[in-house]
Order: sequence, then C-alpha cells, then structure tokens
Amino acid sequence: MDREKAIDEAKFSFGELREALVERHSEETQQKLERGRVAIAGLGGLGSNVAIALTRIGVGHLHLLDFDRVDLTNLNRQQYFLDQVGRYKTEALSETLQRINPYLDIRLDTVKIIDENIEELFQEDEIVCEAFDVPEYKAMLVSGILEHFPEKKLIAASGLAGYESSNLIRTRRVSKNFYLCGDEVTVSTYGKGLMAPRAALCATHEANMITRLLLGEEDV
Amino acid sequence: MIVNGVEKPLPRPMTVQEYLEENGYQIARVAMERNGSILPKASFAETMLEDGDTLEIVSFVGGG
Repeated sequence: MDREKAIDEAKFSFGELREALVERHSEETQQKLERGRVAIAGLGGLGSNVAIALTRIGVGHLHLLDFDRVDLTNLNRQQYFLDQVGRYKTEALSETLQRINPYLDIRLDTVKIIDENIEELFQEDEIVCEAFDVPEYKAMLVSGILEHFPEKKLIAASGLAGYESSNLIRTRRVSKNFYLCGDEVTVSTYGKGLMAPRAALCATHEANMITRLLLGEEDV
Repeated sequence: MIVNGVEKPLPRPMTVQEYLEENGYQIARVAMERNGSILPKASFAETMLEDGDTLEIVSFVGGG
C-alpha cells in the first residue's frame, strides 16, 4: 500500500494525530522527534520492533533497509503477520507502520548492505540502528558506519537470544557516538533460540537510546 | 595497553591481527576502535600495536 492511499484511508487527519502525540509528549518534544532521521538496518526481531516504537512516538523520518522476505519462522519474534509471509520485509513493515501513522516519511531500501554501498546508503541519516542477525554483518556495518560517518550516532546490538535474565541486557556507550545494547554473550543454542520477549527487550534498549539521542540525551 | 577498559601488557611487537588471533577473537565478527578511531578491517594485518594504545574491541554474537 502506498503512502497516499494510506493517508486517504486514514480515519484521522495529520492534525488530529499530531495533537494526540503532543498531548502525550509536549510540543517541544514532538518537534524534536519529528525532525529525527533514523536508519534501521535489518528488519528482523530487532529492527521491526525498533521501527514500531519509533513510529508510535512520531519520529519524522525512518529509513528501513532489508533485502529479505518474511518467513514463517520469523513470526516467533518479528512484527509481521501470517498474511505477510513471502513478502519483502521493507514493504510488509511499512504497511504496518502506516496503520499506526501514515503521515511519517518512510524510505525503503530493499537491498543487501555490503561494504561497498554503506557510504551511499546512509548519507541522509543522522542516527543508524544496526539490527542485523548475522555477527559478521553486524561487524561489517558497525565498522563501515564508524569509518565513513564518524559524526553519526550508531546504536548496535549483540546478545539477545534465549530466555536468560532480562537484567543482563543493557546499553553501554562504547565510544563517543557508538552505543551497544544486549548482553554481548548469549548466542542461539538448541532449545534457547531467538524468542520474542528477549529480542523485543534488546530492541527496546535500542529504540530508547535512539529516543534519548533525538531528545538531546547522550548518556546511556 | 588498555583493552576494553582493562590494562593489559603488550607481550611483544605485534600487529592487530596477530593480537586478535592470539586472544581468540574471530576477526570477521570484530569491530575495533584504536585510540578513539575505528580501525578498518583491511588494516588489521599491517597495523602494529603500541604500548600506549587504547583499544575497544567489540566482538559481535549472532541474533536479531
């Protein structure tokens, strides 16, 4: 569904939605959130949850990147629905986001991120959220962003599998512009795979750190 | 050197690559900052560590 169609079908106007957000957040806060430009790289258990949280609070510009399609095994933790299995995650997720708020600017890139396209893809984003699954890709994106865009804020995740204690998941500031969420050790093992509760916990650490940065708080 | 906030001796002159391998890191899963700047993976093999270096080595685990 394209954005214009979503806006046509929306039961509430831009003004009504904005007023509701301002009622919760205040005018000053909402203006800062509306100016936000956040890229979310990877739309799995981390990225789909981060995108929904940021959409709900009205972050103005979201850039969603993923090359993959929704698989039935994703539904144990990722924010997709049975009728979306087989579709590109970028498109399926943007439909869900438009059901929450069709007035936000959402850019989709259905591409595989590699060393060679990082510099081109992330030019316009002020904050980059690493939300991949495979550790080699996580390391590649983090190194690439820190190398090409040392001035951008980067929030990454590592260690969220299974059902270990919630309290092991934390956010730490690795360096000036680089934040890391997760327990940093837990990998997926037999019987302790990736599951919705802990994946969402880590995703929400990422989303809240992004929110803090958008609102001027740089400490974890 | 200071590695992830902990003081560690540099046992002998060695490259970043050698240091990571000897300490059990999987190079492809590592992102590393040296003295506050990212060190691109392509230069791991030719960058010599120095005794006063501050390293932040993040070793990613899977899951997302």
